[in-house]
Amino acid sequence: MQGEPITQQHMHALELCGLTLGYPSVSGMQVVLSDISLTLAPGEIACLLGPSGCGKTTALRAIAGFHPLQSGRIHLMQQEVGNERHQVPPEQRNIGMVFQDYALFPHLSVADNIGFGLYRRSQRERDQRIAQMLDLVGLREYASKAPHQLSGGQQQRVALARALAPQPALLLMDEPFSNLDVTLRERLALEVRDLLKQTGTTAVIVTHDQLEAFAVADRIAVLAEGRLQQWGTPMQLYHRPANRFVAGFIGEGMMLPGQLGEDGQIHTELGVFKPDTLPAGVTHGSQLDLLVRPDDIQHDDASRLQARVLAKAFRGAQFLYTLALPSGTQLLSLVPSHHDHAIGEAIGIRLELDHQVCFAA
Amino acid sequence: MLAFSGKPAWSVLWLSLPTVVPLLVVLGSWFNPQPEVWAHLNEFVLPAVIKNSLLMALGVALMVGVLGVGLAWLTAVCEFPGRRWFAWALVLPLALPGYVLASVMVGLFDFSGPVQTALRAWLGPVTLPPIRSMTGAVIVFGLVLYPYVYLLARQAFITQGKRSLEAAQTLGMPRWLAFFRVALPMSRPWWAAGITLALMEMLADFGTVAIFNVDTFTTAIYKAWLALFNLPVASQLASLLAFAVLLLVWLEQRAIAQRRYAASTIDARMERLQLTGYSAWGASAVCAVVLLLAFLIPLFQLTVWSLAVIRHDWDARYWGFIGHSLMLSSLSALVVVAMGLWLSYSQRQHPGPITRWCVRISTLGYALPGMLLSVGLFIPIAWLDRQLYPLWQGWGIDPAPVLKGTLLVMLLALAARFLAVGFEPMQAAMQRITTNQQQAAQSLGLGRWQVLQKLYLPLLRSGWLGASLLVFVEVMKEMPITLMTRPFGWDTLAVRVYEMSAEGMWDRAALPSLCIVLVGLLPVLLLIRKTER
Repeated sequence: MQGEPITQQHMHALELCGLTLGYPSVSGMQVVLSDISLTLAPGEIACLLGPSGCGKTTALRAIAGFHPLQSGRIHLMQQEVGNERHQVPPEQRNIGMVFQDYALFPHLSVADNIGFGLYRRSQRERDQRIAQMLDLVGLREYASKAPHQLSGGQQQRVALARALAPQPALLLMDEPFSNLDVTLRERLALEVRDLLKQTGTTAVIVTHDQLEAFAVADRIAVLAEGRLQQWGTPMQLYHRPANRFVAGFIGEGMMLPGQLGEDGQIHTELGVFKPDTLPAGVTHGSQLDLLVRPDDIQHDDASRLQARVLAKAFRGAQFLYTLALPSGTQLLSLVPSHHDHAIGEAIGIRLELDHQVCFAA
Repeated sequence: MLAFSGKPAWSVLWLSLPTVVPLLVVLGSWFNPQPEVWAHLNEFVLPAVIKNSLLMALGVALMVGVLGVGLAWLTAVCEFPGRRWFAWALVLPLALPGYVLASVMVGLFDFSGPVQTALRAWLGPVTLPPIRSMTGAVIVFGLVLYPYVYLLARQAFITQGKRSLEAAQTLGMPRWLAFFRVALPMSRPWWAAGITLALMEMLADFGTVAIFNVDTFTTAIYKAWLALFNLPVASQLASLLAFAVLLLVWLEQRAIAQRRYAASTIDARMERLQLTGYSAWGASAVCAVVLLLAFLIPLFQLTVWSLAVIRHDWDARYWGFIGHSLMLSSLSALVVVAMGLWLSYSQRQHPGPITRWCVRISTLGYALPGMLLSVGLFIPIAWLDRQLYPLWQGWGIDPAPVLKGTLLVMLLALAARFLAVGFEPMQAAMQRITTNQQQAAQSLGLGRWQVLQKLYLPLLRSGWLGASLLVFVEVMKEMPITLMTRPFGWDTLAVRVYEMSAEGMWDRAALPSLCIVLVGLLPVLLLIRKTER
């Protein structure tokens, strides 16, 4: 997998080796994920990101021990906890999990919910730890409340505190922000990240929202079409997408067609660019597509390159223009909103690429 | 009949009379103290009655709780051979009235019954502990009443899903412990309500305890009325029963108020816990044994006995029993459906605290034992008859009691008892009609009556059809009200079962029993179809 490790540690908190998962169906096994391999260092936060139905929740449940493996192995803190024949039951894996619906116990108070996983400890130890966790999530005055008396955000923090109370080796979170108000999500994602970093927790978080993933994760695994598309840092995913899917899924962007010249550069309508790396199997003369992000296209009235405005979306500080080049190729451009152009108008543009990522056409 | 002002629906007050009057009458009976009878009761009757009732309540609560919750857990959460089939088959015992199972059990296990006879032939002179005991009664109640708990607990386990169990597991708790620490307490509002319902049925029962010779409040009321002819004492006894029942209603309502549905969506792909090896076959065996004891063996035995006696037992009188049963059931269904429609429509048109309380009180009858309703309605009707007596004389009509000996008391008591049964499906259907639909109809120029006729009645069809079926069957199974208030010689199938059982002729009780069970299967099958969808 590409990308340098963020922390140079040899110990892995989580290691997935060739993980293949499926569901039984009428016609045998229906595979939802195949050959997933990745490692996570202690203290790192990983996101499983992908469109709905890509199998990310199934992967999370397999790590927790709720879903059998078809093949592959799962190691937690260097210990094998699952392969295709044997699975350590969830309660013996020393994991914590925050469910999408939080799954708080309605018959227990907030404090008793948090103390639930400490049932083998002494009363004193338990009370101490509950108080500690309540302080950590800032819910001290809610200790004796019932879960349904809390707001969604508060319930989520109780679920988090409950999962963290037994000090799990790995914390799993399934779409933790999807039940919350959209405007709250990013802020809460940052809060959760702070909390996990503060407690040094290793975590795997499932989400379908890339902004959430960017806000919370050290590393992101993009899952789609049953495969691991890319495993890397948020910056790597955005600026060095491994394939067309990741390029399209992460951020906005369009493809600018070009041709690989004798000089090893890509010749396009908007100029000549030196690619960072070339896709395998391309030779001189091959058709290539260059990834162009909206922020790569600068509005420049002095430019002799002209593009016609096809559509525009007002985003407050900026306009997102859909532009058509003379050849008909469409591109997106983010332009400060004082440049208000009418649809059909031609504007001057300049291409400023920091990362030259191209794919075989 | 229908008031359409913005005021509360005072007309609904009339509908609560059949429940309010008997309650007031039995409570008011203490204004007519009977010291010498009570001295006797205090010494010889009450201690046994109270002890029996408490012990039996304890035993029945325990048995229906363990059977209902356990079986619900197995069929809702686990996977084992035959689970899908058992999931609905385990509701079937609901079709058996307690007194039918009681008569079959006593017939089977009595000293002269086939089981003991076979044992003696095989092992020599052995005797089983007597079946006609409190233990026998508790077992029978447990087997016929566990479906109340089963249905509610199953609903709880299914709606709550497996998520909380998984949460407990990720917190390091093994599954068996999580059942006791999470699933059981979380579903308590459901199974607790089921147990209180079962206990209400037990307290209301007369046939079963009469067959098992266990003295309870209902048998005491029966004796006070028909042996001592002392109506005040009968209603004073009934008032004690009322307290017990109202306590149960309070407990039930408290349990229902505590229900909290987890906000989670039910995972369509909820995987069940796969039981393997011995535990899987053990689960199948437990379900099979319960089903055999509570339904299949009794049904088989009833059929065998019925076939044996049908030749010489079937005569013209049977048409009378069946005709009376059908007539009473249909009339009650008609009355209850009309009352239920009135009630739910008034609640729709005049929502508000007064209407809500009227509805609550009118539908309280499901908890009130038939014995109590009979006594409580018989007394005021008999009084009314005495007031009318001179009037009839004045008109030169034969001065016989007009109301007492007719179906009136019986119908009123049955309507009070089963109004809740008929009201609930109607209410459910009513809730599917939106106020906007009504306003749409009104905006198209339909008057109130036309709205009722063109919108509500057709849309409520499933409601009143379901309601009339349920009431029809309940009335057919009902014993104490029919037994106590029927006009002279007016026997039904249930009365026939009681009379044959009372004489120990279990095989001759089988034929009417079988008829009742077969009719009783109808709504159970309907219920199964509805819940399995």
